[in-house]
Amino acid sequence: MKIRILTAGITAIVLAASLTSCSSEPGGTDAEVKTITYWASNQGASLDNDAEILKPEIAKFEKQTGIKVKLEVVPWSDLTNNTLAAAVSGQGPDVINIGNTNAVTFQSTGAFFPFDDAALDKIGGKDRFIKSSFATTGAEGQTPTSIPLYSQVYGLYYNKKAFADKGLTPPATWEELVSAATALTDASTGKYGIVIPGGTVNASMHMAFIFGAQNGGSAFDKAGKPTFTSDGMVAGVKQYVDLLATDKVVNPSVAQYTEGAQAAGDFARGDAAMYMAQTSSGNVLAQNGMTEDQYGVVPIPAPVGGDKIGSFVAGTNISIFKSSKNVDAALEFVKFLTSDEEQAILNKAYTSLPVVTGVEGRFTEDTELLNTWTEILTDFSKPLPLVPGVQAFQANVGGAVVSLIAQAATGGTITTDTVRKALDEAEQKMGSTK
Amino acid sequence: METSTVGQAPRPARTGSGANTPAPKRSRPAAGKPGGPTKKRWFTWTRATPYLLILPAVIMELLIHVIPMIVGFWMSFIELTQFYITNWSEAPFAGLGNYSASLSFDTSQGKQLLQSFGTTIGFTILVVGVSFIFGMSAALVLQRSFRGRGLLRTLFLIPYALPAYAGIITWKFILQRDNGLLNEVLVNGLGIFDEAPFWLIGDNAFGSMVVVAIWQQWPFAFLMLMAGMQSIPEDVYQAAEIDGASIWQQIRHITFGMMRPINAVLILLLTLWTFREFNTPFVLFGAVPPDSANLLTINIYGRSFINWNFGLGSAMSVLLMLFLVLVSGVWALINRKVNRDA
Repeated sequence: MKIRILTAGITAIVLAASLTSCSSEPGGTDAEVKTITYWASNQGASLDNDAEILKPEIAKFEKQTGIKVKLEVVPWSDLTNNTLAAAVSGQGPDVINIGNTNAVTFQSTGAFFPFDDAALDKIGGKDRFIKSSFATTGAEGQTPTSIPLYSQVYGLYYNKKAFADKGLTPPATWEELVSAATALTDASTGKYGIVIPGGTVNASMHMAFIFGAQNGGSAFDKAGKPTFTSDGMVAGVKQYVDLLATDKVVNPSVAQYTEGAQAAGDFARGDAAMYMAQTSSGNVLAQNGMTEDQYGVVPIPAPVGGDKIGSFVAGTNISIFKSSKNVDAALEFVKFLTSDEEQAILNKAYTSLPVVTGVEGRFTEDTELLNTWTEILTDFSKPLPLVPGVQAFQANVGGAVVSLIAQAATGGTITTDTVRKALDEAEQKMGSTK
Repeated sequence: METSTVGQAPRPARTGSGANTPAPKRSRPAAGKPGGPTKKRWFTWTRATPYLLILPAVIMELLIHVIPMIVGFWMSFIELTQFYITNWSEAPFAGLGNYSASLSFDTSQGKQLLQSFGTTIGFTILVVGVSFIFGMSAALVLQRSFRGRGLLRTLFLIPYALPAYAGIITWKFILQRDNGLLNEVLVNGLGIFDEAPFWLIGDNAFGSMVVVAIWQQWPFAFLMLMAGMQSIPEDVYQAAEIDGASIWQQIRHITFGMMRPINAVLILLLTLWTFREFNTPFVLFGAVPPDSANLLTINIYGRSFINWNFGLGSAMSVLLMLFLVLVSGVWALINRKVNRDA
């Protein structure tokens, strides 16, 4: 009898333990102290760098409002999957910041809180924001589901000393860029004219978009259907891949650079004389030991006769999950991060541009440099298509460009047909996505 | 009286399942209600214990395997895209649309699936074949006791003991072009190549993936085969030796002969695991693998988690599962024959 009771007891304990382990939930929010969770995408040179920048600001917010903020810095490689899981399960953070490229795709999932007029009023109204930045907050004609946070554009960084040593001036056309890069390349000593983020999917899509636009191409037609194989897109991607395939001014090893910081490292070390990257790379270069006086920035040049597009309106937006139980607290936090004071502090730390009018970029004392970035944003930038398929465009076209770079790096010949075939495959994958 | 009845009760309960044992039935009314009519109690601890013990496992199995599988099967019939992921019930019914999209081999999508299928088969044959040969060789060498056997056993099992991700990430470092250990040895050390080759992109990526997967898999083959060989009685070998059988004849007729059922199970397990291998290519290459290493699982991951077309991804998963069920079925048939012949 004792044995039986013992067995039954153990069984009951095991059973109870297993059942409670399936039903237990993470501790609920304290009714007294409101706590919100903030997933911040990686903007700085590392996840720790982000935490260092954000923690003092969050402490300020907590002191002002009494709302507690749990910060988690999320690397870009995990951001989409984590967001997806949060959207499906409804068990996500309250506030999240996302690449503005993803804004329309995420909007289409219906998982995000729509910033209607009442909500916009709570954070100071729509008119506070710079128009071009606010245009990235959602599809046209729909209530936005994100708010601009940091603004960025692409530029061509060049090493002042390397250019001066060869008596070169910063390129104003693509042809000049290629010829300068050729002059600056000496593969035997490991020095190359330019570094590209060869294995990085999202940056490769950015390049495809910029160079496609320079050649009159567009990734989507007016109805939102993908047109990746249009002549302009094919010519643009070929122009980019040719830097490695035919011009040979890029270290083939870039085909394995899956993180933006790797390319930044090459440029900072002086192994590459030019580097195409966004505004916030200033911070990454500084972390790699390159000071601001060592480099200059010009718009990414277009081929002679091409459209003078050097960037898209890049940046980071901030969203609230619809499933949040603390929407008011989350709105407070969004209001705080987009306030004039925080915009000045955060954009200085991240070397990005403020998204609100009246706050000037001040991440550098170099007014010429600041003016260049502003000029790129106003005169050389084209908005990315505001279609739900933009995320898939990023994955598929970015992936196709990464494959082409890999082919070129391993000695493959890249012809117009090779590029068209790769883009056609990317387009067909979109067909299955709608 | 009471002591003796209770003392006897567990004995039959242990041999039977507790449900149909006559002794407790007889003894219980006598102990409980003397002289009363025999009444079956629907719940007794004796009867319930086996079920209760297995219940947590069943619940977990349902939650972790069976229910997600059913949901996945359902997903393959709906257009579950980014527009419906927060409300699946609104996703339109696609019928067999996702299946026909996967299997339209005239489109690049279908062609890519076919190519992935071919790559996966090649990968599986190589990984399972080499792992089995390595495992068998090592197990044979270590079958007889000698100095240092324990050390070698431990050494061989290290890859299996390491966390998969840690092992693969280490390989990723080794295989880097510029500062990887392999190129350091091949290019700077031995001078075999003038220019450092790429191991993680292009056609070499397939070879790298196979090597890393073998490195991870073969210790399991070794472990299983070693355990199997321990169960072969030493007398059989001694008898064969007396009869004049050479070492090779002993291995061929005794070891291989008696290991047949174990080999069959091992090869099936290795095949199933390798065919659905995901960690190795994903950690080595990320979400966009080179064409040469685009295994089916990565392809499915891409459809689902990159293009956010979970319907299509699920249809491809179901097709993968059906193929593995087919392989297992064929294995069962062959194995039945093996058992009959044996």
